[in-house]
Amino acid sequence: MTNLQLLIKKIHVVDPKNQMDGILDVLIQKGKITAIKKDIEPVENAQVFDGSGKYLFPGLIDMHVHMREPGFEQKETIETGSRAALRGGFVAAVAMPNTNPPCDHQSVIDNIIRKANEVPFYIFPAATITKERAGKELSEMSDMKKAGACAVSDDGEWVADSLLMRHALEYASMLDLLLISHAEDRRLSGPGVMNEGLVSTKVGLRGIPSASEEIAIARDLILAEYTGARIHMTHISTAGSVAMIRDAKAKGIKVTSDVTPHHFSLTDEAVDRYCTNFKMRPPLRTEKDRRALIAGLVDGTVDAIASDHAPHTDEEKMLEFQDAPDGVIGLETSLGVALTELVHTKKMDLKMLVEKMSVRPAEILKLSHGFGEIKTGAEANLTCVDVDQEWVVNKNDFVSKSKNSCFVGKKLKGKAVATICRGKLWDFRS
Amino acid sequence: MTKTAWTRKDLVGLKDLSREEITLILDTAKSLQEVSTRPVKKVPTLRGRTVANMFFEPSTRTRISFELAEKRLSADTINFSAATSSTVKGESIKDTVRNIESLKVDIIVMRHPASGAPHRLAERLDVSFINAGDGINEHPTQALLDMFTIKEKKGTLEGVKVTFIGDILHSRVARSNIWGLTKMGAKVVVCGPKTLIPPKVEELGVEVIYDLYDAIKDADVINLLRIQMERQSECFFPSIREYANTYQINRKVLEVAKKDVVIMHPGPVNRGIEVSSDVMDGPSSVILDQVTNGLAVRMAVLYLLSGARKKIEG
Amino acid sequence: MPQKQIMSSEEITRAITRIAHEILEKNKGAKALALIGIRTGGAFLAKRFQEKIKEIEGTEIELGLLDITLYRDDLTEIGAQPDIRETEIDFGVSGKKIILVDDVLFTGRTIRCAMDAIIDFGRPEFIQLAVLIDRGHRELPIKADYVGKNIPTSKQEDVVVNLKECGEEDSVVVFEGETKND
Repeated sequence: MTNLQLLIKKIHVVDPKNQMDGILDVLIQKGKITAIKKDIEPVENAQVFDGSGKYLFPGLIDMHVHMREPGFEQKETIETGSRAALRGGFVAAVAMPNTNPPCDHQSVIDNIIRKANEVPFYIFPAATITKERAGKELSEMSDMKKAGACAVSDDGEWVADSLLMRHALEYASMLDLLLISHAEDRRLSGPGVMNEGLVSTKVGLRGIPSASEEIAIARDLILAEYTGARIHMTHISTAGSVAMIRDAKAKGIKVTSDVTPHHFSLTDEAVDRYCTNFKMRPPLRTEKDRRALIAGLVDGTVDAIASDHAPHTDEEKMLEFQDAPDGVIGLETSLGVALTELVHTKKMDLKMLVEKMSVRPAEILKLSHGFGEIKTGAEANLTCVDVDQEWVVNKNDFVSKSKNSCFVGKKLKGKAVATICRGKLWDFRS
Repeated sequence: MTKTAWTRKDLVGLKDLSREEITLILDTAKSLQEVSTRPVKKVPTLRGRTVANMFFEPSTRTRISFELAEKRLSADTINFSAATSSTVKGESIKDTVRNIESLKVDIIVMRHPASGAPHRLAERLDVSFINAGDGINEHPTQALLDMFTIKEKKGTLEGVKVTFIGDILHSRVARSNIWGLTKMGAKVVVCGPKTLIPPKVEELGVEVIYDLYDAIKDADVINLLRIQMERQSECFFPSIREYANTYQINRKVLEVAKKDVVIMHPGPVNRGIEVSSDVMDGPSSVILDQVTNGLAVRMAVLYLLSGARKKIEG
Repeated sequence: MPQKQIMSSEEITRAITRIAHEILEKNKGAKALALIGIRTGGAFLAKRFQEKIKEIEGTEIELGLLDITLYRDDLTEIGAQPDIRETEIDFGVSGKKIILVDDVLFTGRTIRCAMDAIIDFGRPEFIQLAVLIDRGHRELPIKADYVGKNIPTSKQEDVVVNLKECGEEDSVVVFEGETKND
């Protein structure tokens, strides 16, 4: 139980789910929202938060984060990752299972949940689809669901064996576990380290063709249709993937998808100087793909924005481009990049942004009440945002244990100024 | 004649060089060729300068050529060879290079199996870098010596048609030559199995021809690339036998080519695969001239870079 | 910039004729003589000496052209590297009586470079030095054997030898301002 007593005055509340879009006061008592209306009278013992000029969103949810614990605590821990997430305006995140040991057994889930309960943040662990993410045998999904797994994913690897994938989809859907697919035909990706195209030819690096993602998406969609199971395609990166998912949705296939801020804001041209902070999987694609991803977000083909926060140490990222590990951090820049690239460019309004970063993730993950909306009686999990605050991404300012951001030096417009999570206020106004 | 001054700290590739800078290197090399014909094949130009040859990948001819070029210019040289495979991780080459830099080395000649390795180090460190081959990206001094040899044999690069045959995808020699030759006004054709042609290479101003006869029939120069057997796990072509039957340059194939066509190869040559022995040892082959010219080109690069560095310090 | 002509075309021609005679007289004919001109000005003058000696003696003596850039002792002190021009010495210098030719003798450092370079080509019997202008201010113990004209200058002056081979009318001019001689 928490003692948070907070009165947020004159804040612009954006809650698409409950059709709220206007300046209101929000009262939080004992960590719960007790009133949302105009001109709430001051309450004894309640701290007053001046919300004028700011926005209040239902707490942001990141569907794709690598917390790295257990096994890679030099990169990130549940504690540092949670603080980074709060700083970025998030109240909850799905923790990917490619830990060491991988999250392929109930005992690992138990361990993560125990640790997660010690931090003032919500971590929903995803379990692996296959044991050791090796693509050979199914993990014990039912046991892991009982232990608290919210989804299954072999993230980093695609389940290339179609028989196994068929059964994974059927089994997971029976348990109502979301299956999150990292769509990539590794054999076709071969030794590739960036998008295959003119830029890979120019910089002399082997490429990963867009076909290696699209083949995987196509097969996954066919299996999802055939089995009637639900599937979530994460970090999609190509125009072809967007088109296939759009068609699949029109056909009634139960598919959802997310994109990362780096894929909708950057292209493979960024690899020009071999900076390993532009090395990720899937790789940054072309301008045509980037535009298609934004179009997909806008028309609803892409449901969510997820950071694929993938911390790596400086030492690892200092390796040569072909040898450095894939991935970049994103929790602390996700909202800023989305506001800068999507909202301030008028591609979408704040309401749609909130859908992509809170409402839809909560729905896809089937999170219980309190997530994805601002509702009286629910626990206060909220994000307070200054959409016009300009800031420059500085490597030294990251709360995350790793600093491998592809946005260092970039000027962004919009930032979380406070996060309310698990009955605690994180006030970042200096 | 417009005079171009060399101002770059490094030579990491031909991608960023201007036509004028390439001309300056080739002209300087022309003047330096004579040094190797003297009774005393040495000039005191780089006396007191130290050059480190850091080869993270096996190399014989390039390393020897650089070392001799350094010695002809009176530089002190140190050699570092590490047969590190790309799978040996965890130790950053930056640390190794920093150690060498601490010894007050002026120029580092570096070969590395990773594309972009010298580019990243050159950006971070004060020492001058010469790229002696990075992954599948660039091998600028090889392309410069190829261009020097073409100019020597054909009098010009403008309008000369140069056909590259073989594994273009993995060839840093081809990539550097494409950047250099297209800037100098030459026509570049690449020829090989479709599986070994880099994606969208035509957008670099290069013509792609799959048929060997079409590719060589009006070529002034044929530059052959080494076929690397170890890449066969990716199934690029059915067999070495079929490759040789389809793309080998031999006396019969050369019947369709121009009489004065020049045959080049960066070495080492797989005799009997990409080229037959009779052609390699025949009158059209300038493979040994390439080796000789490589020395002058590398001397020129060392000379030009040793001046530019001082300027940056000052 | 204030300038002053100190040698005309005719005076240059007369100086070349006189020096050619002196060379032949001092060396008792043209036997084993060879000229090496320092690029660029000295190279043109050496060619003129060669022609003049042929005119007088009837024999064409060997002529070499030398670029001394690779031997300079100040490469670490200047900015971008100077252009290197070709050195063309197509004869063996060993045992030859070498007449080294330059346009202006100033600090002596260029001559030092040239002597080092010649010695890398072999062991001449001796090296003599012929210059059109000696402007003083030596920094090394070097003395010319043949001088067209001695011109006392200050270090703030610059001596320029214009030659018709470079598309100018033959003349020697002194400028006030920073010296470009070396």
